[in-house]
Amino acid sequence: MCGIVGLFLKDATLAPDFGTMLTDMLITMTDRGPDSAGIAIYGGADEGTAKLTVQSDTPEISFDKLAKRLRKAIKGKVQMSVKDTHAVLEFRADQMTAARAFLAEHTPDIRVMSHGSTLEIYKEVGLPRSVADRFDLRRMRGTHGIGHTRMATESAVTTMGAHPFNTGPDQCLVHNGSLSNHNAIRRKLRHLGVHIETENDTEVGAAYLTWKMQTGSTLGEALTSSLRDLDGFFTFVVGTKDGFGVVRDPIACKPAVMAETDQYVAFGSEYRALVNLPGIEDARVWEPEPATVYFWSHGAAPTTKKAA
Amino acid sequence: MQSFDLEAEGLRALNSALHAQSATTNQTVWDILNPKGAHAIAVGLDAPIEVNVKGSTGYYCAGMNKQATVHVHGSAGPGVAENMMSGTVVVEGDASQYAGATGNGGTLIIKGNASSRCGISMKGIDIIVHGNIGHMSAFMAQSGNLVVCGDAGDALGDSLYEARLFVRGSVKSLGADCIEKEMRPEHITLLTELLERGGCDAKPEEFKRYGSARQLYHFNIDNAY
Repeated sequence: MCGIVGLFLKDATLAPDFGTMLTDMLITMTDRGPDSAGIAIYGGADEGTAKLTVQSDTPEISFDKLAKRLRKAIKGKVQMSVKDTHAVLEFRADQMTAARAFLAEHTPDIRVMSHGSTLEIYKEVGLPRSVADRFDLRRMRGTHGIGHTRMATESAVTTMGAHPFNTGPDQCLVHNGSLSNHNAIRRKLRHLGVHIETENDTEVGAAYLTWKMQTGSTLGEALTSSLRDLDGFFTFVVGTKDGFGVVRDPIACKPAVMAETDQYVAFGSEYRALVNLPGIEDARVWEPEPATVYFWSHGAAPTTKKAA
Repeated sequence: MQSFDLEAEGLRALNSALHAQSATTNQTVWDILNPKGAHAIAVGLDAPIEVNVKGSTGYYCAGMNKQATVHVHGSAGPGVAENMMSGTVVVEGDASQYAGATGNGGTLIIKGNASSRCGISMKGIDIIVHGNIGHMSAFMAQSGNLVVCGDAGDALGDSLYEARLFVRGSVKSLGADCIEKEMRPEHITLLTELLERGGCDAKPEEFKRYGSARQLYHFNIDNAY
């Protein structure tokens, strides 16, 4: 089953309430996904600063002296803030490659959840409410973000099988549904040198989008071609630095409801997830069409594109 | 009139109270407050009562309805009036996918649009939609009437049996074995009554009728893959 929520603020005065709004939406979707939960939040970028969210099952050990070690390795300033099993590392934007190379080589106990300049991803096994409490999600400010509650079908209930999945710098994906050709696509992508960690179907979807974008597609083009290449059921919600997008497979079994007011655009697997948003009574509420890519961006006008 | 705050009292208490009503009840009108998209509101009713839901509902509102009139003053989630036997369900807003699925009887009126798979496998229900309907509507529909004042999506009436489909606007595509059929005087008479029942401001002459070509009733090797 799984539940998806998404919130994109048009009115910046709501930014301080962003964490509370998105967390309430996430917890309402507990019935749809009690196995694990995750949230991707875009809190605004500092010019020239990179952000890396990392996770460890043994945070006391893994994060001890991590900032110092990383500082030494990249020869630059590193700021680290630990939240439960996750830590956000901040450093100069041009040091991302060096920082990731250091982590890959020297910290096998640490997994990268997200990379970019503004995106932070927090996800863990457990009920959405407990995941939200562990990471203090209610207090997070943001401009937009997406969340997911998982009912596992295609692979084990683990942190790495939880959503959202990072698909590129400041890009992420959540998924409701199940892909049926993920084994074949995983083989193909691995053959092309793409790193895929788990047996999870959505990770393959995320890796597919990453690969498409690395080989010249825009996000919109990658989503459009996913309608042709990915077999199975899906409602995808994607987050980017500037906004978020929605696409459903042509059969559109997996539910999706959107609401828009002058203050925000919101997505929920069910209307229940949206009922406590301000002004929902007068919002435009609708279901996104199948096989159509929708996109809202802080930098540009919204787009809707029907796949051919 | 009975007033029931769903948020305060909970779904089980609501449906138990509604199930306790009989043909001779004097509690004939119920207002449900704060539905907030909850699932399974007013399912399995079997009494001639009127239930007004003051807001939008989640999955399966008014499923398996008998006799009752359920009026949703908002939009309805997936499977509204699923497997209805008799009575009336009215949705003021839009309805999500598979509205009126497998319905045996009664009338479902949707004042807004209906999503995909509206009337899938319908078996005698009358569904009247003021707006548009989505793809795969009336898939394997067996009997009953589907009236659409707006447009229909892809694959309308795929593999249908003897249900009658009336569409005023465009049909994006017809499903396998579904064809346009002649509007005869008896269909105009039938549609006139349906449009009146649904409170539609439309003339029966503006509609086209679609039905089964009856080519899939018997096994044909050319239809196999």
